Amino acid sequence: MRSRSIEILVGLFLVCGLVAALALAMSVSGLTLGSKDTYKVYAHFENIGGLTEKAEVTVAGVQVGTVSKIELDPQMLVAKVEMKIFADVDYLSVDSSVQILTSGLLGGKYIGLSVGAEEEVLIEGSMIEDTQSALVLEELIGKFLFDKVSE
Amino acid sequence: MLNTETIIQIHHLKFKRGQREIFRDMNIEIPKGKITAILGPSGSGKTTLLKMIGGQLSPEAGKVVVKGNDLALLTRSELFELRKKMGMLFQSGALFSDMSVFENVAFPLKVNTNLGEGLIRDIVLMKLQAVGLRGACELMPSELSGGMARRVALARAIALDPEIVMYDEPFAGQDPIGMGVLVELIKKLNKSLGHTSVIISHDIQETLSIADHICIMSEGVVIAQGSADEIKESTLENVQQFINGYPDGPVPFHYPSEDIMQQLMTEN
Amino acid sequence: MFDMLAALGRQGISYIASLGKATLVVIHALFVWPQPIKNMPLLLKQLYSVGVKSLLIITVSGLFIGMVLGLQGYTILVDFGSEQSVGQMVALSLVRELAPVVTALLFAGRAGSALTAEIGLMKATEQLASLEMIGVDPLRRVVAPRLWAGFISMPILSMIFAAVGIYGGALVSVDWLGVYSGSFWSVMQASVDFYDDVLNGIIKALVFGLVVTWIAVYQGLECIPTSEGIAQSTTRTVVYSSLMILALDFVLTALMFGDI
Repeated sequence: MRSRSIEILVGLFLVCGLVAALALAMSVSGLTLGSKDTYKVYAHFENIGGLTEKAEVTVAGVQVGTVSKIELDPQMLVAKVEMKIFADVDYLSVDSSVQILTSGLLGGKYIGLSVGAEEEVLIEGSMIEDTQSALVLEELIGKFLFDKVSE
Repeated sequence: MLNTETIIQIHHLKFKRGQREIFRDMNIEIPKGKITAILGPSGSGKTTLLKMIGGQLSPEAGKVVVKGNDLALLTRSELFELRKKMGMLFQSGALFSDMSVFENVAFPLKVNTNLGEGLIRDIVLMKLQAVGLRGACELMPSELSGGMARRVALARAIALDPEIVMYDEPFAGQDPIGMGVLVELIKKLNKSLGHTSVIISHDIQETLSIADHICIMSEGVVIAQGSADEIKESTLENVQQFINGYPDGPVPFHYPSEDIMQQLMTEN
Repeated sequence: MFDMLAALGRQGISYIASLGKATLVVIHALFVWPQPIKNMPLLLKQLYSVGVKSLLIITVSGLFIGMVLGLQGYTILVDFGSEQSVGQMVALSLVRELAPVVTALLFAGRAGSALTAEIGLMKATEQLASLEMIGVDPLRRVVAPRLWAGFISMPILSMIFAAVGIYGGALVSVDWLGVYSGSFWSVMQASVDFYDDVLNGIIKALVFGLVVTWIAVYQGLECIPTSEGIAQSTTRTVVYSSLMILALDFVLTALMFGDI
């Protein structure tokens, strides 16, 4: 039964290919098949300064979710960021604050979440009020120069 | 060729390979049901001739007519249809190296007929029995000796009971026993199956002993044809040199060159 | 002077002629392929010899290339404090470039040369002529399953290469060098787009697979049927395939990622 073992090996080969394709899709490019185990929270930022979708949301540096959508709020003219927080992280208080941070000097932007003190926790659809925009280098330099001049 | 039907006709065939003229003006008629041998020195284009009869090569000018069909006028599928009526024994045997002996012989039956597994098996075993290798049916081609491989190839060539069987150098490189077996087989199969056999060879004695009709070709034309006796009686120098194997004659021993003394004397 | 021009012209004409012939071969073999069910065992066999047999070399190379990328990326990025981005670097360079290109080069050396040698040997031992005399078209029986097998195997091998490479990179940078795994993966996921990066990489692999098997099969069919001729054709397969892969890679990259 030589042809049988060839069939099995070819089958295994194709399965390997499928597994690789799934790995590339899911864990490398972050495609998800339905998003059941997350809940959405929102936050407004004055300036997102280079934050992208799929950027991580962290608490104390540990990832607890991802940025799922970024859009402009047409009324308030600020950025509205939708975040998907992992379902098992269900203990973030409603007065938590979020901040756009940069990893390292050249790294990408991510959202740092600092947990507040309230008993009530964030649930699906909650809005985080306390936000701090990204630091934009040009603005920072501008402010620094302005301060120097006014001294 | 007295009152016998011809099955293959070759008219005024011309063929060139690069600059070299292989056939100048070939005319051959092959009678049905007989063993016809085409003899000629190495490099005279004998294998090319077989490929033309099989329609694998097309001539530059002239006609090849097989069973009344001009090969040049056939479509691809008609040609493939016609080839099912031809069997060919290649010089190297040309067994498919990834199939066993049994599968090799069964292959033409599987692709060209709708016979059931059982029937194919019976036919294959009968053909292998005819060449005396039924016992070897599970072996792979790499496990066969040269002579056995050629016999298996012969069994495969006759698997579809073709009307024409072509042998390309069937005796080349065989030991005397293997040669004797093949001579017997070709003769016996021709008698019992009634097909037309065309043998291309330069093994004179073996070929003369079985052929009914013999053509000798040289330099792109047929220089003599007739029965074995007629050929032996021929007074043509060319023919005598070829069948007796004289080292020098019309086919010179020396490759064309300038005079040796002159070449040795010139400084270069 | 005119002799040289004439020689150049002759070369050019013969190259174009063989290109045309090769195109006919591939069209004939790929698109005139009836009875796919009946030919399935042939395809399976070729998938085995073209795909499965290349799997080991592809996996091992992918692992090591990924590990090297992880190590190199880490040592460079750590100077800028951006070592979390090592995942992005490893994944993008593998998915976009290294996986299709290196897989194709290895594939040309492993499977392409074997294909040429196999078909060349079949030609030298008159097996192809014999098929024709039996009434079977060698293009369909011998060439078509091999072309399809190459076409199917290459993207699969390339994906395996990329996946193994990325996990190799993760092994080095996360498990050995201590990059935080959450940011390793999420930075990667934020920067790798499935359609723009992964699919484009797979398209590259498909094109390379077709080109390599095409060259290999054509070289086998056109080889001089002697042992010397087969050896020459095998070498030619590897050389031509490698050149074509690298040249086509530039063209494809320019089309997919560049603004040229």
